[in-house]
Amino acid sequence: MSGTLCIDGIAVPFSDGQTIIEAARTAGVYIPYLCHRPGYAPYGSCKLCTVKVNGRTNTACTLPAADGQTVISNSPDLQHDRQRITQMLFVEGNHFCPSCEKSGNCQLQAVAYHQNMLDNHYPHFYAQRELDASHPDILIDHDRCIFCNLCVRASKEKDGKEVFGIAGRGIHKRLIVNSPTGKLKDSDISVDDEAAHVCPTGAILVKRSAYLAPIGERIYDHHPISEVACERAVLEAGAATGYPSCDQTKLPQNGGPDSHYAATMPPAPDIKHGR
Amino acid sequence: MAAKIKIATTSLAGCFGCHMSFLDIDERLLKLADIVEFDRSPLTDIEHCGPCDIGLIEGGVCNSENVHVLREFRSHCKILVAVGACAINGGLPALRNFFKLEDCLLEAYQDGIGVDNPQIPNDPELPLLLDKVRPVHEIVKIDYFMPGCPPSADVFWTYLNALIEGRDPNLPYELVHYD
Repeated sequence: MSGTLCIDGIAVPFSDGQTIIEAARTAGVYIPYLCHRPGYAPYGSCKLCTVKVNGRTNTACTLPAADGQTVISNSPDLQHDRQRITQMLFVEGNHFCPSCEKSGNCQLQAVAYHQNMLDNHYPHFYAQRELDASHPDILIDHDRCIFCNLCVRASKEKDGKEVFGIAGRGIHKRLIVNSPTGKLKDSDISVDDEAAHVCPTGAILVKRSAYLAPIGERIYDHHPISEVACERAVLEAGAATGYPSCDQTKLPQNGGPDSHYAATMPPAPDIKHGR
Repeated sequence: MAAKIKIATTSLAGCFGCHMSFLDIDERLLKLADIVEFDRSPLTDIEHCGPCDIGLIEGGVCNSENVHVLREFRSHCKILVAVGACAINGGLPALRNFFKLEDCLLEAYQDGIGVDNPQIPNDPELPLLLDKVRPVHEIVKIDYFMPGCPPSADVFWTYLNALIEGRDPNLPYELVHYD
C-alpha cells in the first residue's frame, strides 16, 4: 500500500512497507530516534520517536504508514516527553561528554542538543559498569550503553554472528558478549563487522579511530541531527524536497490533549489525503 | 543611576576552568563592570555571599563545605545558575564515584607512588568528604543551567545579558556543548 499521511501539517507520501519514521525521514521531516536505523528491523525501545497517530500514542519507528493517518510529532507535549526520556538515558548511564571520544559524532548527544537540553533534571545513578578493552581493535565502554539493541541486531542480521545480547531486566539490564569468557577478545567479532560501527553512542568504539576527525569538524558540530538525518534520507531516496501541506485541523477534533496544538497550526490549503 | 546588578560566583568541586572561561569575555568585562557589581567571588575575596541578583555555581558538590556554600548561595541569590559540566552532572570529580572513598584516600595520601610522609589528612578544620560527588541540582533548586566544559565566553556573555535584561537565556545551536 502506498499513499499519503499528514505529519505536522505536511503531506508526506509513503511507499509499500514504510514505517511512519522512514516515510517522514525520506520526505525531510525529522522525528527523533536512537534505537532505529535505516535498513534495520524496527525495535522500538528508546521511545524517542513517540508520536500521536490519529490521537493515539505510538512509536513512529514501529508503526506502518497508512493512507490518511494524521500524525503529530512536533508538539510541545511530545517534545517535553522526548527531553525527559533523553535525560533519563543520561542519568541511567555515565555520559561524561568531555571525556568521551565520540563527542560531536554521538547521536545521543546530538539528540540532546537538538532538544536544547541544558540539564539532566533527574538524580544521577552513577551506575557501576565495566569497561571491556580486551579486543585489539574494538572497545566496549558499558557506561555509555543505552540498550538500543543496534549492535545485537547488526551482529545477528547483518554479520550472521550473534556476538551481542541484552541480559537482565530493569536496573540489571546489560549488554553481554557471546564468548566463553564474556570478553570481546574471545568472541567472533571482527573490526569489519557492522556491529562494530552501528553504536549511536560511544559504547562500542573502534580503537585508534577516535580522533581522526578533530573536535570542531565532527558530524553534529555545526549541523543539528535533524538536518543530518534527513539530508541523508532525502539523498538516499532521491526525493524532491518540499511537500505540500495538508489539513491538520481535521484531526484531532474531539478536544483531546492535542487540540490546543492543532488550533495553533497555521491554516493550510485543503489537500485531500491519498492523492 | 540605577543600582548595579549584584553577582556572586563560586567554584565548588570544580577546577576554576569555568571562571577562566568567564574571564575570556575579555574587553566585554568593562561593559559588564558598568552595570554589575561582584559580591562573593574568587575575584573579590568576599567571604560570605550577601543578597544578590545572580549566583553562578561552578563545580559539583564533593564535601560538607560545598553543601554549606551552595545553600548560602541559594538563600541569598534570586537566580541561581549551574555553570559547567561538573555542576550539572558531577563531571570529572564524579569519576571518583566509581571507587570507594576510602580507596581514593589511601591511593592519594598513603599508598600512591611518590607519596612522602604518608597519612590521611584528618585535621578537624578540613571539611568532610561526601561519599559521592553530586550535581548541584540534587541539593538545591537551580534556575538555569549553562552547559559546557567549560561553557565558552560567548555562552557566559549570552546568558548574563539575558538574565540582566530579565529574559530567559536562549542559546543558539552552536553554543550548546557538553564538552
